[in-house]
Amino acid sequence: MNAFSGQSVRSFKSVVWTAGLVLGLAVVLAVASLLPENSPFHVSAFAVSLAGKYLAYAMLALSVDLVWGFAGILTLGHAAFFGLGGYAMGMYLMREIGARGAYGDASLPDFMVFLSWKRLPWYWWGTDHFAWAMLLVLVVPALLAGIFGWLAFRSRVSGVYLSIITQALTYALMLAFFQNGFGFGGNNGLTDFKDILGADLHRPATRAVLLVVTGGALAAGLLASRFIVGSRFGNLLVAVRDSENRTRFLGYRPDQVKLLVWVFSAMLAAIGGALYVIQVGIINPGEFAPANSIEAVIWVAVGGRGTLSGAVLGAILVNFGKTLFTAWLPEFWLYGLGLLFIGTTLFLPSGLMGLWRPVRAAPPEEITPEVSAPEGEHS
Amino acid sequence: MRKLGLACLLAALCLGGGLGEASAQADDFSGLAGPQFEEMSASITALAAHGGPQGDAALQALEDRHLFSGADGALFIHDGAVCQNARTGEAASCPEDLKPVRLNNRIRTVLAGAHALRELSSAEPDVRLKAAQALYARHDMTMLPALEQAMSTEKVPRVHEKLMQAHAATVLAQAPAEGTQATRLKAVGYLAEVGGLEARGLLANVAASAVEAPEVRHAAQRAVSRIDWHLRVWSVLQNAFYGLSYGSVLLLAATGLAITFGVMGVINMAHGEMMMIGAYVTWLVQQGIRMTVPALEPIAILIAIPVAFVVCGGIGVVIERSLIRFLYGRPLETLLATWGLSLVLQQVIRSVFGPTNIAVQTPAWLSGSLMVGGLDITLNRLAILVFAGLVLAGLMFVLRRTTLGLQMRAVTQNRRMAALMGIRTPKVDALAFGLGAGLAGLAGVAVSQIDNVSPNLGQSYIIDSFMVVVFGGVGNLWGTLAAAMALGMGGKVLEPTIGAVSAKIAILVLVIVYIQRHPRGMFPVRGRGIES
Repeated sequence: MNAFSGQSVRSFKSVVWTAGLVLGLAVVLAVASLLPENSPFHVSAFAVSLAGKYLAYAMLALSVDLVWGFAGILTLGHAAFFGLGGYAMGMYLMREIGARGAYGDASLPDFMVFLSWKRLPWYWWGTDHFAWAMLLVLVVPALLAGIFGWLAFRSRVSGVYLSIITQALTYALMLAFFQNGFGFGGNNGLTDFKDILGADLHRPATRAVLLVVTGGALAAGLLASRFIVGSRFGNLLVAVRDSENRTRFLGYRPDQVKLLVWVFSAMLAAIGGALYVIQVGIINPGEFAPANSIEAVIWVAVGGRGTLSGAVLGAILVNFGKTLFTAWLPEFWLYGLGLLFIGTTLFLPSGLMGLWRPVRAAPPEEITPEVSAPEGEHS
Repeated sequence: MRKLGLACLLAALCLGGGLGEASAQADDFSGLAGPQFEEMSASITALAAHGGPQGDAALQALEDRHLFSGADGALFIHDGAVCQNARTGEAASCPEDLKPVRLNNRIRTVLAGAHALRELSSAEPDVRLKAAQALYARHDMTMLPALEQAMSTEKVPRVHEKLMQAHAATVLAQAPAEGTQATRLKAVGYLAEVGGLEARGLLANVAASAVEAPEVRHAAQRAVSRIDWHLRVWSVLQNAFYGLSYGSVLLLAATGLAITFGVMGVINMAHGEMMMIGAYVTWLVQQGIRMTVPALEPIAILIAIPVAFVVCGGIGVVIERSLIRFLYGRPLETLLATWGLSLVLQQVIRSVFGPTNIAVQTPAWLSGSLMVGGLDITLNRLAILVFAGLVLAGLMFVLRRTTLGLQMRAVTQNRRMAALMGIRTPKVDALAFGLGAGLAGLAGVAVSQIDNVSPNLGQSYIIDSFMVVVFGGVGNLWGTLAAAMALGMGGKVLEPTIGAVSAKIAILVLVIVYIQRHPRGMFPVRGRGIES
């Protein structure tokens, strides 16, 4: 764990560059997609939605990096918050369809008509207002993260135990959302969206704007995260990561520190999820699958744990690779992903960003045996 | 009595045969060719009552659709190879223009009754029991005289009991008439003793009937609520058995996980894939034995047990030596690496064996079930329960009575101190990981008998196994046992009331909440270190 402690906390200049790069790239792609189709610089609608998807995933990776890279909480359940944000956005988009659904019911989404429900369940109230839906995107995941984190950190659940119960959390959510009676479309989830705030979701201009918004959100997320980890609070986070007990003995409250960053991270993931749903056009319980959460962790590991830019880089690269792989050699993708997990943990413990800055590489391990293997000593 | 009755029947037959064979039998058989329902039904009833062996053969042929009618009322039994005259049983050459005798549903009902009647007079108690069973389910009032006749002659107690039940059911199924009240009351009392869903249905009808006498109705109501209570008790017991069975599968799956976690602090995410490989090894062993020594096929599953243990254990040692040991001291990274490994293993199996389910055989001695009261105990689940117990006992022995066990416990308690005492911890790590993987292989053999075997097998068990390990705590097999049974039973007991998926969610949430209160599980290993 102290592979990271030698690294100066305040060395995040690259983050500003990454934020600018992400936003610039999104703007360029968006503009290019609006060029006439015969233009050599034209970018297809497919590429735009793909880019939007990558950027949304990058937000998820960023949120995972915040808690794993800086607070040492290996979350295997961040897809829970990503998915909840996505569902909250999906509820709004579903209500926007209005009477244009297959059953033409103005107040009930299609799947409820199909289940012959008469009224909207209470948790769907107000979701036709964009502002209320956005509030839900932020508040619901934050509440869940708050309750879960408050209980877990206060009782000092940590290490592998915490990882496993975060996985149980997202697994339980997946099972719940798969049920038809739960009120979120069951197996099929929410889909067939028509427009957002009156703008047709299938128009290139709308998609271009959405891409820019996603790029902007990611850039803002990066900057906010940089502000957090660069602050005094950030120092505290790293202290908790590297030696929770020492931090506690110095008079700090590691549980509160962790809870704060945990809730912030959950909200970041939720925003990513919401942006993801608009651009991909569907949200279903599969997003809660434990495998998705674990994949998000590997994006961070590939990019470089504890480097904010690394998370974004890793998410985009791995997902780009996945797109290529699944198009050309679908049956080899799992080999690729599996070997990526193994190879990264074995040979690239500080990820691609570690290659970038070999001079700042971690000091050799186990200088101080007491902290070198805290989780190894379950005794 | 029975012999006397048969003798009478025989005498009558001989008598009939002596007097005017052709005419008498022509009457009984003549309706069979149909197509008039009344004639056919009369014919069938007559043949069933006193048709003799020839009548039996003809009725059987009718049921099997081997009965054909020729010109001028001639009947033939033709089963595809041999042709005979239905009336005489003599071999005959079948004419070309034979027409099969057609059956409709009404005739089939009459035929089934006739069948039961013939079987009621069979010399074999088992055949009579089956017939009584069939009549119990049919409660056909036309069978009442036959049932009474059979009851009066029956000597074998279990057949007699079944006949009584059939009689009671038949009596109650009829509309109440004057003067039958006492009989019906007796029948209600009898069915209440019998219990079961069938009896409950009949009694509920009686209880709800408007034309029934009040005493009978009330008795039926009491009987229904009594049967309901019994059924509920049995269904709770049945669920408890399912819970035990699932708990034992979880126990098998989780012990290996708990050992590697205890000794090395590593959660092996590829543990489920080790189970999957164990199941595939079972299949391979079965196939291999079928091709080489078919005589050993029934015990192939027993041979698969050590093979799966060795194969999976070997793979485990290789994984530890080539992967895990480089990640020593970084348990969270190990988690990621083993997850990657699980993806690769899944894909390897998918590429070699295909993505679909493979059919692992269940040997005959593991199929079927035992009925204990209202409890249906399937043999394969029972076997897994026993197997899990044996594995646990074996593991206890290894951990408590062998050098390896001693060393493993020492490393679990304090790795550095154990190393200082001269225990070669890398060797213990490798063997512990191998043991854990081997146990997963054993779990795979067990699971192959009750679940689909596909490349995804591991994933469906892994989360539940994790729950068992974190719930039970590390380094204590009793904790694993208690947690496996608690989770298995808890899920199955909640299932009938809130549904399977909700039960699973409830269990997950309960475990999550429990872990918050007891961060190291139910049976934590206590030490003095701050990190423990």
